Amino acid sequence: MAKVLVVTSGKGGVGKTTTTAALGAALAQRGEKVVVVDFDVGLRNLDLVMGAERRVVFDLINVVQGVAKLPQALIKDKRLENLWLLPASQTRDKDALTEEGVGKVIDDLRSRFDWVICDSPAGIERGASMAMRFADEAVIVTNPEVSSVRDSDRIIGMLDSKTVRAEKGERVEKHILITRYDPSRAARGEMLTIDDILEILATPLLGIIPESQDVLRASNVGTPVTLSNAEGAPARAYIDAARRLCGETIAMQVPTERKGFMDRLLRRRAA
Amino acid sequence: MSMGLLRLLRGNKASAPVARERLQILLAHERGLRGQPDLLGVLREEILAVVSRHVTLDPTKVIVRLDRGDEVSTLEVDIEVPNDFERKRAAAG
Repeated sequence: MAKVLVVTSGKGGVGKTTTTAALGAALAQRGEKVVVVDFDVGLRNLDLVMGAERRVVFDLINVVQGVAKLPQALIKDKRLENLWLLPASQTRDKDALTEEGVGKVIDDLRSRFDWVICDSPAGIERGASMAMRFADEAVIVTNPEVSSVRDSDRIIGMLDSKTVRAEKGERVEKHILITRYDPSRAARGEMLTIDDILEILATPLLGIIPESQDVLRASNVGTPVTLSNAEGAPARAYIDAARRLCGETIAMQVPTERKGFMDRLLRRRAA
Repeated sequence: MSMGLLRLLRGNKASAPVARERLQILLAHERGLRGQPDLLGVLREEILAVVSRHVTLDPTKVIVRLDRGDEVSTLEVDIEVPNDFERKRAAAG
């Protein structure tokens, strides 16, 4: 049974695209057949983060409008057998995303994949509402920071009222993913803690992604962070999150960078 | 000087509890309003509509202040009415 998962947040710059790429790759590595869909019409970036920016021919809007067939627009990942990308249009207007058209594309994707992961644009406008419209599950990406938590709360309200599931009286299964978390700053009382955020948002936690240089390094080279440095702290956190999405129960922890003896020695000398 | 020591000298307290409290108050309020008409917004519109039926309002002379509190909220509408308006009106009547 295919699952449609929206990665959303309200606020921009919190890590939706990074998360979409990382979870997509982690699920594909588990043998799930995955498509990641970019809904950020006019400001597409998932292609860049996935390293497929030079292979885009057709896009979501071409498929919605019937200009291209779905298989023509899907881009197969070069690293993972089971991972595909449906890019957003860079030139068209987001109003081209009609509910009927998007619904048909999502239905078609459901029949071909195990997971359809929709990367939402920031904001609460048409692109964001279309990305969540047909979702079965949602990952709400939240930074430990007041404006991000407030926007997440707003998005949770939309997931509970403006989705097809909500309108049918069913619920979208929601998960909080906390990104850019710095345990030492939280311990010093400088950053909202995990418990603060979960209590305020009253939504279960999918994972905690620590602040890490790995994330920027991965996007620089166009590789999902779970592939670029699979041993790194953010990769392990995303892999655990993907396992939880598949129903596994894994103890929640904040992965930290594993530092070898030489690493520590060099750092101490550099400091 | 290390940041920790600097903070100690300045007497700065942890800011996360402040963030938490501000969020809790704000979100309790915003959740209550969700899907409902904004009462204070409606009041502001209607008050201004009533006043402008009698006085030509200069939009730059209308000050609306809103303070959403925990227990009560206040809507303060400050409308400047020119004095000659009353005289003109008396002369006409």
